Amino acid sequence: MKRIVHYINQFYGQIGGEEAADLKPLKKEGPVGPGAALNAALSGEAEIVSTVICGDNYFADNGDEALETILAMIEEEKPDMFIAGPGFNAGRYGLACGTICDAVKTKLSIPVLTALYPENPGAEMFKKTVYIIEAPMTAAGMKDVIPKMASLAKKLLSGEEIGFPEEEGYIPQGFRVNFHTVQNGAERGVDMLIKKLKGEPFTTELPMPVFDRVDPAPALKDLKHARIALITSGGIVPQGNPDHIESANASRYGIYDISDLSYLPADKFTSVHGGYDPVYAMDDPDRVVPLDAMREIEHEGVIGELYDHYYATVGNTTAVSNAKKYAEEIAQDMIKNNVQAAILTSN
Amino acid sequence: MKLTLNKFHVKDIQFAEKSSFEGGVLYIDKAELAEYLLKDSNISSVDFDIARPGESTRIIPIKDVIQPRYKKSGTGQIFPGFVGDVETVGNGETNVLEDCCVATSGKIVAFQEGIIDMSGPGAEFNSFSKMNILVPLIQPIEGLDKHTHEATVRIAGLKTAAYMAKQTLELEPEETQSFEHETILEMGVKYPDLPKVIYVDMVQCQGLMHDTYVYGLNVKGILSTLISPLEVFDGAIVSGNCAAPGHKNATIHHENNPIILDLLKHHGKDICFVGVLLSNESAMLKEKMRAAYYTSNLSRIIGVDGIIASEEGGGNPETDLMLNCKFHEQKGIKTVLVTDEYCGRDGASQGLADVTPEADAVVTNGNGNQFVVLPKMDKIIGDIEAARVITGGNANSIGDDGTLSVEIAAIMGSCCEMGYEHMTTRLR
Repeated sequence: MKRIVHYINQFYGQIGGEEAADLKPLKKEGPVGPGAALNAALSGEAEIVSTVICGDNYFADNGDEALETILAMIEEEKPDMFIAGPGFNAGRYGLACGTICDAVKTKLSIPVLTALYPENPGAEMFKKTVYIIEAPMTAAGMKDVIPKMASLAKKLLSGEEIGFPEEEGYIPQGFRVNFHTVQNGAERGVDMLIKKLKGEPFTTELPMPVFDRVDPAPALKDLKHARIALITSGGIVPQGNPDHIESANASRYGIYDISDLSYLPADKFTSVHGGYDPVYAMDDPDRVVPLDAMREIEHEGVIGELYDHYYATVGNTTAVSNAKKYAEEIAQDMIKNNVQAAILTSN
Repeated sequence: MKLTLNKFHVKDIQFAEKSSFEGGVLYIDKAELAEYLLKDSNISSVDFDIARPGESTRIIPIKDVIQPRYKKSGTGQIFPGFVGDVETVGNGETNVLEDCCVATSGKIVAFQEGIIDMSGPGAEFNSFSKMNILVPLIQPIEGLDKHTHEATVRIAGLKTAAYMAKQTLELEPEETQSFEHETILEMGVKYPDLPKVIYVDMVQCQGLMHDTYVYGLNVKGILSTLISPLEVFDGAIVSGNCAAPGHKNATIHHENNPIILDLLKHHGKDICFVGVLLSNESAMLKEKMRAAYYTSNLSRIIGVDGIIASEEGGGNPETDLMLNCKFHEQKGIKTVLVTDEYCGRDGASQGLADVTPEADAVVTNGNGNQFVVLPKMDKIIGDIEAARVITGGNANSIGDDGTLSVEIAAIMGSCCEMGYEHMTTRLR
């Protein structure tokens, strides 16, 4: 039979309330408290072999040390799976459940599971990496949560495919995945319009994402002594594309030396961007990376100097996560090289 | 206006001494078809190949996909402005080859050309893999500029499709489908109580090989205009578009526009489908605003209650989509949007380049960033090397074992933003 280690706090461990919140981690054989119902719901496919109990304050106050102790207690049992909670809307308990689940998953590479109220900070922090069954605010909902935990636990143990959040009861992890439908997209759209026209309820397939809004940096006070860099998402790279920047959803960027150049010659630079007609860009790459114009204003003294490298990537069906990652690296590189401002060009 | 589609189901395509359609088999005389296409002096040579459903065949790079149609009666001829003259179409009878398409290939025009796999996991992502496909491999004359090359391949594809459907001209169809569409004033009298609905067909017209043609006219820069759904079935809208293959509206999508087909099904029952507004997708913000303002103005002049709007391409066209939504909703016109997403390989990023709070009813046709490894195919039609440069591919796309690693944006029509396929995304 598959072996499960269960984690609960001092209260559910039937040791005490707030007055016992400094309890150091301890381990008991078999299920304790809510573990009994969970064990029963696992209906013989798996069993809780031991229960780790820790005070909420102790875990919160002793961070890594508490976690190390608990991990060692879990590892000793050679479990097939680890379950924590349910922690409902208890903040310290929820954070402990999430933190320990995440650590066990990383260290022991076994499936982990907990159950929390969606606004519990533990849920917000760990829902991406840990399956968290959506629990109500208080233990009054214990009866509804336990069967869902048991059902998902069985699937995780057997390696069965995990369904969508609404089928399994877990808090969405934030990944949008492709899914084949019976109706085509047009039929779904027309049905949605008819419902909207009739004032009937309908569900959008794509809730509008919330954008990060970045406030522009304050204007430069002294352009005449500023070092300015050029950055492009227009895919202008040296011939041969030395960094193998992809033509779409680029995962990387390049930094290219322009110190000896007064413009970008067409025989040395090209476009690898997959989203626009590159004919004119290839004819004169300065159309996308305006090195020629920058050299002119540099010569006229409008700006202090042009930074002697430029940054290039491809902005075409590019995921924001990729763009964010290399934007941060580019910004760091510019700071390191005393660049005060940058001009971003697209295509 | 009434249009009847005479449908002929193609079970196979074979090369033969003489072109004909017999017993569900389309026979093609390569020499005759080549001679017809070579009338264009920009083509140096053309060859043809055939791909059939279930075969271990991969076609790459594909510029456009076209369904063969040819008009038997009525005014004008198919693909007006290219094959036919510019006379108005959308009435009489049109012969259609079902389960069959043309996929234009040959020397790559631009990075935005796609893949069709006839079997395996790649075949799950579009309907074309279930069709019998004639592939013209068009080689341009040396030194032909990109823009003329694009036009050459576009027109050759349309001519090939017309030539194929023409083989059925004297034959009895297996099946017919008729569509009737009244004038707007007649509809107002006939369906006084039904909500009035317009389809806003956003056509990508940015120049630089991101263009759409209506009656042969590149509609870049036109003020939004009205077209009958039946005209669209006769090839009045043609793709000249080199947007990412996963979400470019190919000519076959226009000919079979699924939103128009579904709105016609509901027409006279629970909605009154007034017609189609073509709204430009320009690259410039002022032009985006002009198009969205004017499209919503036409909707208001006509007096519609709701619109459904489809996008072509992604990134900056999201602004056109959101402006169309915003301006229609501000006029009290209920709006549904049809799009796709690019939310990263893991699906964790935000998937649109622009949003508006009014967009509360959106259909998505999938995440184009999904990464797939497609098995080696026994036969490649075209040039597999193109996989390294097309949208969705990269320098490492071709494995030593012949596998192909791409994002599904590289697969022709995978996330079609007219909702031609059966895919969406779900949050997990």
